[in-house]
Amino acid sequence: MTHPTDRVRRHGRRSRSASAGLPTPGSARRRRGQTALRLLLVALFTAGLAALTPGVAQAEGEQVSGTLRTSASGPIEGVEVVVATPDGDEVGTDETDGSGRFAVPVPGPGQYTVTVPEDALPDGVEFASGNTRTVTVDPGRNQGVIIGLDDGSRESGSGTVRWVQLLVDGLRFGLLIAMAAVGLSLIFGTTGLTNFAHGELVTIGAIAAWFINVEGGVPLIPAALLAMVIGAVVGFANERLLWRPLRRRGTGLVAALVISIGLSLLLRYAYQIFFGGRSEAYADYRGQRAVDYGPFNLTDKDLYSIIIALVVLVLVALMLQRTKIGKAMRAVADNRDLAASSGIDVNRVILVVWMMGGALAALGGVLLGLSDEVQWDMGFRLLLLMFAGVTLGGLGTAYGALVGSLVVGVFVQMSTLVIPNDIKYVGGLLLLIVILMVRPQGILGSRVRVG
Amino acid sequence: MGEFIDALAIAVKAGIGFQAVFLALLALGINMQFGYAGLLNFGQIAFALVGAYGIAVSVSQWGLNFWAGVAIGLAAAVALALLLGLPTLRLRADYLAIATIATAEGLRLLFRSVSATPVTNGSRGISGFNSGFVELAPWDTGRRYDILGVRWSGADLWVAAVGWTLVALGCLLVWALVRSPWGRVVKSIREDEDAVRALGKNVYVYKMQALVLGGVFGALGGMIYAVGTGSATPDQYQNANTFLAYAALILGGAARVLGPVVGAMLLYFIIQFADSGLRSLIETGVIPEGLLTTTDVAQIRFVLIGLGLILLLVFRPQGIFGDRREVMLDAR
Repeated sequence: MTHPTDRVRRHGRRSRSASAGLPTPGSARRRRGQTALRLLLVALFTAGLAALTPGVAQAEGEQVSGTLRTSASGPIEGVEVVVATPDGDEVGTDETDGSGRFAVPVPGPGQYTVTVPEDALPDGVEFASGNTRTVTVDPGRNQGVIIGLDDGSRESGSGTVRWVQLLVDGLRFGLLIAMAAVGLSLIFGTTGLTNFAHGELVTIGAIAAWFINVEGGVPLIPAALLAMVIGAVVGFANERLLWRPLRRRGTGLVAALVISIGLSLLLRYAYQIFFGGRSEAYADYRGQRAVDYGPFNLTDKDLYSIIIALVVLVLVALMLQRTKIGKAMRAVADNRDLAASSGIDVNRVILVVWMMGGALAALGGVLLGLSDEVQWDMGFRLLLLMFAGVTLGGLGTAYGALVGSLVVGVFVQMSTLVIPNDIKYVGGLLLLIVILMVRPQGILGSRVRVG
Repeated sequence: MGEFIDALAIAVKAGIGFQAVFLALLALGINMQFGYAGLLNFGQIAFALVGAYGIAVSVSQWGLNFWAGVAIGLAAAVALALLLGLPTLRLRADYLAIATIATAEGLRLLFRSVSATPVTNGSRGISGFNSGFVELAPWDTGRRYDILGVRWSGADLWVAAVGWTLVALGCLLVWALVRSPWGRVVKSIREDEDAVRALGKNVYVYKMQALVLGGVFGALGGMIYAVGTGSATPDQYQNANTFLAYAALILGGAARVLGPVVGAMLLYFIIQFADSGLRSLIETGVIPEGLLTTTDVAQIRFVLIGLGLILLLVFRPQGIFGDRREVMLDAR
């Protein structure tokens, strides 16, 4: 008998221990992705779940129980499930109820076979591996039975192609990284600071939106806008209260870097005290079903995440290219002294960069929280991938961060074609090291930046 | 008042226990890399991880001798340092920083992943590998001993004794090295890499040697920790520990032989004192439950470390013993 929590963990769900740090991030999203991908839905009912459902005969004595459902068909009602001894003597039957559930009391501990009639399933739903299961019931236990069902939309089925699906997932993830990384890269470009506390700007966005949305009851979209404002304010405070005074004191870059690590620790664990070690979803847009787009599936919220991220990033690019402040940002990032001597107010530009970076990171956090749930260390886990993206694109260049982040996102998702899911981030970090070896200045970086 | 004395006693024990040795060895390694050579290794915990698992895997999983495990752990640390140094040491300082921090996170994820479970036993970790070491103790490790008003188990005492001996030997080595011509070259690399290169020294090789040496110290620290706790799990080796070691080093004073050691003892003392002090304040109701609960205390220590790190760097970057001119914090 597998203990329920063990089962959950083996399926890749993150462990909840408060300080355990980085369990497979993104596994929740990936889990959903995989569901969308395979729709090999398992009619699963563990004993643990059964224990949570009071109605289902908590009576003393042993029983077997389970649920028949898939994501496409929903719960399957009215199927006659037969339980028999290994010798073939029928013990009892039960018809699945409105939520696909069945429960058959058995006379005592021992082995039983559970059979679902082959022709009882609705059209399009098939057994993943046979219609019979043999289970061992321990004394006094309600034994869960898992009968794997396949609703026909696997890769061989209705045309979802695994690599296309991963590519789309990767693009979505890459866009999120890019949104957070633009600020990181611009801050590096304008001030030379490698900001290890940038991930905390992502987290503050997600957490602020969560409090406004779940505790405050405000719909998620205005909550996200408010979170962006909060992100900008935090960015402003960062610059005005910490980094500008430090620059004025002439603090060295290495010292600034270590200070940013201290700030990251401080904020991260403060979030944990404030928010707790759990992971929470927003109140809106829960439990959406994936929509079939031919070679890939996507939930609506993921689709809108992609659109929002694309629009925002295009706006950022336009701003950098067309507006006065955008040009000033690029000028300062390119050569600070030259920009200052041509009349650009460098401190003001840096302040705007911080506010913009904070707002973008906060929005990235909200979108990440939408697909992955909100957690106190979500930004820190994203930080390394942001660094990978920024380094890949070329430290300090805004467009480089965009391109690099997209590549990293796609690479991380696509790497699961060959490596197991729970070490896909390792692949991303390995990519980072390989890039450093081959082309340290990044795709769009210029050689002179490298010391 | 009794609680205060208790908290003090627990803190003193923490300040000289094997956890402080762990931190001191990590900081000693960082001092070599960061303090003397100016290398930003933000993944020191990865070296501790491979050191600890070197012993754990070879003894518990492969059935090898304890000392073979130590050798394997050290070899793994050297290999890791070479692997990290090769691509990054020619680049600007922050590239090494990013690569090491990424490696530390990546290795931990790898060691706790399902696919590595046959070797590392996943997130549950490995235990039962330290008996070969504990048996060597000259006293009865099953008994408990009273020292300085705190009770120690014989095994803890043995691990701490060996650990502090290692720290002393490490300090001696560092002291001898930095006075040698090798040490002068390394320190001048920290000050001005180009000048050293102009003098015909191979900067890359010197940096690599410093990185490897520091990594070996880190691995030794990881081994002491694994032997002390009697188990190795990936989540013991979170990268927050690296920053703890940085805080210890900067508190004590970078580029000073005894800086990291004093810093580690002091930092552990402060953390533990704050920890048990806060706990007893909450339990006795001085701090109301609504404000803080005892479960928050474990997080408070990291908040305090973060704050301490910021304040130290802003107001006293040379720490207690350091020399401001020697601290590599104003560099590029």
